[in-house]
Amino acid sequence: MQYKSQAVAMPYFIAAIGLFVGQIIFGLIMGLQYVVGDFLFPEIPFNVARMVHTNLLIVWLLFGFMGAAYYLVPEETETELYSPKLALILFWVFLVAGALTVLGYLFVPYATLAQATGNDLLATMGREFLEQPLPTKLGIVVVALAFLFNISMTMLKGRKTAISMVLLLGLWGLAIFFLFSFYNPHNLVKDKFYWWFVVHLWVEGVWELILAALLAFVLIKVTGVDREVIEKWLYVIITLALVTGIIGTGHHYYWIGAPEYWQWWGSIFSALEPIPFFAMTVFAFNMVNRRRREHPNKAAVLWALGTGVMAFLGAGVWGFLHTLAPVNFYTHGTQITAAHGHMAFYGAYVMVVITIISYAMPLLRGRAANSEKAQVLEMWSFWLMTIAMVFITLFLTAAGILQVWLQRVSDTPMSFMTAQDQVALFYWMREWAGVVFFIGLLTYLASFFVKGEAKAVAS
Amino acid sequence: MSGIFSKAMARNIFYGGTVFFFLLFLALVYDTERELPTRDNRQNLSAEVIAGKKIWETRNCIGCHSLLGEGAYFAPELGNVYPRRGPEFIKAWMQSQPTGAPGRRQMPNFHLSDEELDNLVAFLKYSSEINTANWPPNIEG
Repeated sequence: MQYKSQAVAMPYFIAAIGLFVGQIIFGLIMGLQYVVGDFLFPEIPFNVARMVHTNLLIVWLLFGFMGAAYYLVPEETETELYSPKLALILFWVFLVAGALTVLGYLFVPYATLAQATGNDLLATMGREFLEQPLPTKLGIVVVALAFLFNISMTMLKGRKTAISMVLLLGLWGLAIFFLFSFYNPHNLVKDKFYWWFVVHLWVEGVWELILAALLAFVLIKVTGVDREVIEKWLYVIITLALVTGIIGTGHHYYWIGAPEYWQWWGSIFSALEPIPFFAMTVFAFNMVNRRRREHPNKAAVLWALGTGVMAFLGAGVWGFLHTLAPVNFYTHGTQITAAHGHMAFYGAYVMVVITIISYAMPLLRGRAANSEKAQVLEMWSFWLMTIAMVFITLFLTAAGILQVWLQRVSDTPMSFMTAQDQVALFYWMREWAGVVFFIGLLTYLASFFVKGEAKAVAS
Repeated sequence: MSGIFSKAMARNIFYGGTVFFFLLFLALVYDTERELPTRDNRQNLSAEVIAGKKIWETRNCIGCHSLLGEGAYFAPELGNVYPRRGPEFIKAWMQSQPTGAPGRRQMPNFHLSDEELDNLVAFLKYSSEINTANWPPNIEG
């Protein structure tokens, strides 16, 4: 750790991991409800578990991004953070707001929660991923703006690198596109159309800038490859990401009432969306092969390489699988979508956050890398979680293909629930793969507590 | 990438490309807004439909169901439930929840009044009349 103020990243990373554990527990509950339908009913109905599962994911990734920014920006700009105190205050505000929101989901009927939190003044709730009550949404905006103020002020007084500029651009984009969550027209088509301005332009747009910047930062550190080379790659990757991803929004506009030309725009541009992820994989392996130093943190290198591969598979390949309009006509809103969602989020965003945590956490704890023993355990967790996620994705894909066939392609289509019963075997296998994922996650937690000879303090 | 292609060039292509494609996207959005009135069934956005949409949202229906294919995949698609089941079935179904059948997926009872049920049905009817380019492939959704 080169700058004292980087230390504020630590609580962010700890909170991120804690919420990650919560997310997976609720994932396991939902997975079981797919096959044991009345599990935990009426205490935790599926819709509540799902809100908690997805909202915790978003919140912990945001914690991860913010922690990453607080760690990365001082080092890139070569100056202390503008206000470490503000960063700590925002941490507690965001954590308390997040916890209250989740408790609200769990213990208050959603309609009551809506009424109590001003949804009648401005109705924004009850839309997928944007279920948060109005005060939470406003809180996210306030925290995001104060965070961006802190980061931007730090950047202004320091060195401006491509990595920090791209990261900042991504974070500003994140905050700006979130504002569309306050726009909820009565017209369902317009509601859906602009809802994607948050969801798609986040995960297939500005978040990719954050992802690429974090990956580039870690690769510079662990490989020692020349910054000029890495930053050039960074620009190439994010160019490909936005050139394909912005118009690629069209792949969500096929069947929601938008004009039918979106089937062409969406199919063509989103068919190209795997390219930036492929470039990212090539980039990561290329840089590691050309490394000029052997960084003692082998685990961080593994996570960085894994991010490239899994993002390409999950976002790239599994995205392409169902993105062409004639295919999507049959697969839209099936378990194929769920399969893609799981591996894409894990491969791109979960793994990049763990990459930066894996790299930064030992340094925050005063050593260049963890002990050999701790790293071996962390690498076990990498393989357990990653392989489990591959199987979760394969089982959901199998379930999805069967579902599409039975319910949509067949001459004598089955009803939704009849088709669901037919694919229950795959849901069971998915749940077991989920259990393995959870074991991997517990292994990951354990790796933080393994003692052993630590590597020398970083220079 | 050789020395001919510099970082500055890559940066300029990034900013130029992003701005160009974002503007193209905005142009398409603008054209979409002009075409939507012919497709989005806005002429039927009555007070009942608007009230029904709010009930749909405040009961978090999207947490289990999908609507025009978006949402969760735990329970049936409801974008075409109106033609599939009809208004009376939908209301009776909602009132008889949860089924309590052991091991089966359960839907909560939201204790909606008759008026609220009618509004919700009006919203589902309006949704089913949006021009979705013939999606879903068949009535089962």
